[in-house]
Amino acid sequence: MTVHLRIWRQAGPDSPGRLAEYTVEDVNEHMSFLELLDVLNEKLITEGEEPIEFDNDCREGICGSCGLMVGGVAHGPQPRTAICQLHMRHFNDGDTIVVEPWRATAFPIIKDLVVDRSAFDRIMAAGGYVSVKTGGAPDANALPVTKEDADLAMDYASCIGCGACVAACPNSSASLFTASKIAHLAMLPQGTPERRRRVLNMVDQMEAEGFGDCSNHAECEAVCPKGISISAIALMRREYVRAVLSS
Amino acid sequence: MEIAEPHVTERPERSRLKARVPAGRLQDKWDVYKNNAKLVNPANKRKHTIIIVGTGLAGASAAATLGGLGYNIKSLCIQDSARRAHSIAAQGGINAAKNYPNDGDTIWRLFYDTIKGGDYRSREGNVYRLAQISNNIIDQAVAQGVPFAREYGGLLDNRSFGGAQVSRTFYARGQTGQQLLLGAYQAMSHQIQEGRVEMLPRREMLELVVIDGRARGIVTRNLVTGELERHVGDAVLLCTGGYGNAYYLSTNAQNSNVTAAWRCHKRGAFFANPCFTQIHPTCIPVSGDYQSKLTLMSESLRNDGRVWVPKDTNDARPPSQIPEGERDYYLERRYPSFGNLVPRDVASRAAKAVTDEGLGVGETNLAVYLDFRDAIERLGRQAIEDRYGNLFEMYERITGDTPYEVPMRIFPAVHYTMGGLWVDYELMTTVPGLFVLGEANFSDHGANRLGASALMQGLADGYFVIPYTLGGYIAGAELGDVTIGHSTFADTERAAGERLRRLLDVKGGKTVAEFHRELGQIMWDHVGMSRNRDGLLQAAEAIRRLRDEYWQNVNVAGRNDTLNKNLEFAGRVGDFLELGEMMALDALHREESCGGHFREEHKTAEGEALRDDDDFAYVAAWEHTGDHARPQLHREDLEFEYVRPSTRSYK
Repeated sequence: MTVHLRIWRQAGPDSPGRLAEYTVEDVNEHMSFLELLDVLNEKLITEGEEPIEFDNDCREGICGSCGLMVGGVAHGPQPRTAICQLHMRHFNDGDTIVVEPWRATAFPIIKDLVVDRSAFDRIMAAGGYVSVKTGGAPDANALPVTKEDADLAMDYASCIGCGACVAACPNSSASLFTASKIAHLAMLPQGTPERRRRVLNMVDQMEAEGFGDCSNHAECEAVCPKGISISAIALMRREYVRAVLSS
Repeated sequence: MEIAEPHVTERPERSRLKARVPAGRLQDKWDVYKNNAKLVNPANKRKHTIIIVGTGLAGASAAATLGGLGYNIKSLCIQDSARRAHSIAAQGGINAAKNYPNDGDTIWRLFYDTIKGGDYRSREGNVYRLAQISNNIIDQAVAQGVPFAREYGGLLDNRSFGGAQVSRTFYARGQTGQQLLLGAYQAMSHQIQEGRVEMLPRREMLELVVIDGRARGIVTRNLVTGELERHVGDAVLLCTGGYGNAYYLSTNAQNSNVTAAWRCHKRGAFFANPCFTQIHPTCIPVSGDYQSKLTLMSESLRNDGRVWVPKDTNDARPPSQIPEGERDYYLERRYPSFGNLVPRDVASRAAKAVTDEGLGVGETNLAVYLDFRDAIERLGRQAIEDRYGNLFEMYERITGDTPYEVPMRIFPAVHYTMGGLWVDYELMTTVPGLFVLGEANFSDHGANRLGASALMQGLADGYFVIPYTLGGYIAGAELGDVTIGHSTFADTERAAGERLRRLLDVKGGKTVAEFHRELGQIMWDHVGMSRNRDGLLQAAEAIRRLRDEYWQNVNVAGRNDTLNKNLEFAGRVGDFLELGEMMALDALHREESCGGHFREEHKTAEGEALRDDDDFAYVAAWEHTGDHARPQLHREDLEFEYVRPSTRSYK
């Protein structure tokens, strides 16, 4: 099949950007969307043009490197699917597809479709961990955890840090990202001693990075490639209120 | 490298290679080492800067631990965040000898399975230490909040993996690597917050800086600005993963590469057993030329899935219409005691054997079935969904088929490299001050890695081995004052810059990816699951030609002073083109079959691998002797005091 692409090109953080138009023919329906961009890039390189830059790495939906707005939707039209796992069988011959980077004040554009998501790392550094040094940990079975809690913790912990939640949010809020880590650790006894400090510091950092507040649009949940529920955000708020009231 | 007629008969020098495994009983060696290791005074640790390249399980756990001990850590990675290193993609699990299921596991048994699984091509001392440490890793991860799977009673659950007859694998759904990596990343983030670790993402190591015979720094390229940067330290820890992308198509991430390790090799670090490559039996088959990577389906699926092909080569019926009597469950038939859970190398070769006979399935005939029909009948769909739901979903996303109704089609793909930079018991290379951790070293898996052992090794090296061995080096070495103004830094940086300019200046007619694909095809055809002398000679020659063409005809797009992924890849493919030849050479010199290295000339009457312990029970470590010279082979003889190498049988 043939697809028409309108792709955001921007030479650098301070350069103006624009949507450039490309057509790719002989697209195989088994190709992934990123493989489509590979094919286009090979053509551009051969024609002496600069290829389109986009972050990607594992191409199996777990590293969180890739992230594109495809047709105005973060990670494209398939639910619970990172863009690297979206295959062309979900498009039709003759489609025009608009491809843009994540857009948020806290994610400045580096080049073309590549953005700077280092704000996420700083939110994690503010408290997204259990402070244990290496060695001296008690036996792994010393603290039982109910299967239900462990499963729920795993649901929250499956966040891949891609940033789709921010890109989809009308407020550019990082609440789902931040809350998923807070919720993961709040579900487990190991996370309990630091739960108050954790939520206060991570929420402060989230605000300092320039992310907006959550106003319950739930767009984040809809685009999350791991299907993380916004119940995480409710849990984060409870943690936050409890921490504020008790300090 | 010019290797007109490879030195198959040449007796390698029995050489400088000292593994430095401590004396004493196997069970005591690590304790003996720790009891005698020199220590660095706590107040002095912060005066020592340690450079850690890579933030996968090995790198992140090392940075977290050494930062926690008080060293001054500089950590670098090529991704935009440390959390994205490719360890994150490991699915199935991590082994430990906890014996929680009370099914007969012990540290000895984990050691024995691992050394047997590696086909007796690894060091007893290293592997025993790994088995001992395995239990600490699980404790550490649980304390960090890693959400391992649990039973209803609240305790940890285990499952079985290939090559073992006990359940010793801990797991977090099909995302064990992700959860363990995030645990290590979070521990490292804590140290970043404490000011003990400086994290520099989007940096690629292009050179190692060796001053007065010691590793004292690295040169990196800032992948956003293109600037070359100098980093000085008292030791360099390379945690940069494996080189499976030499085959172009592999289960590795797009950015996985050999460049950092290869640059160290060219500065004096020996490269050990480069031909030991793991081809994983359960991956989604190739669908077309545009294919950029292969996706692994966790080995854990073989717990409940049954592997089969039709008995008749011309059977074009859909799998559901092929009656039981006309199916060949070839793993169960050939290996009745291990069945579908034979080790990876055995399962991969068996798949190749049936497809070579024309019994393959799917559009390309390069696939076999992995069927869950019986397990679903026995346990119910829900139980299978609980165990493998996310893997089934991933399969469906890629192929459009649902494994609940149609058997999966799978085929082997390059997955892991057991070879890597040679290290001694302290994880130090032949360049003093250069340590290598995780998949990037060669140390613990011999000629074949068992499932759920890579996570174990990466974390063992980073959390529990390097803190002791690095201290010994720092306390004992006389490290002069060196700054980034040293002339060697300037020279090394210049060499790195010139190579980048050379790549951009060729402006030839073929893209980097075209060269990479061609290299991959040569490697897969001749240095893949099955190898022979003629094929390997042909491969070495073809790679040499391709490499010459590369430097005259590659077309690298864009500029040096900006984000330029094509330039990054160009540098990496240049290095793969050198490594690939050495892999062929190593495979050629090893006139035996062992683990993942299968030489057609050396097999039993039943077609199984035939080892030659008299002549090849050694580690082959290659020394770089110049760009146009043969690498020199050194050997480290493997001595087995506690296990007797036997023919590996899974029948």
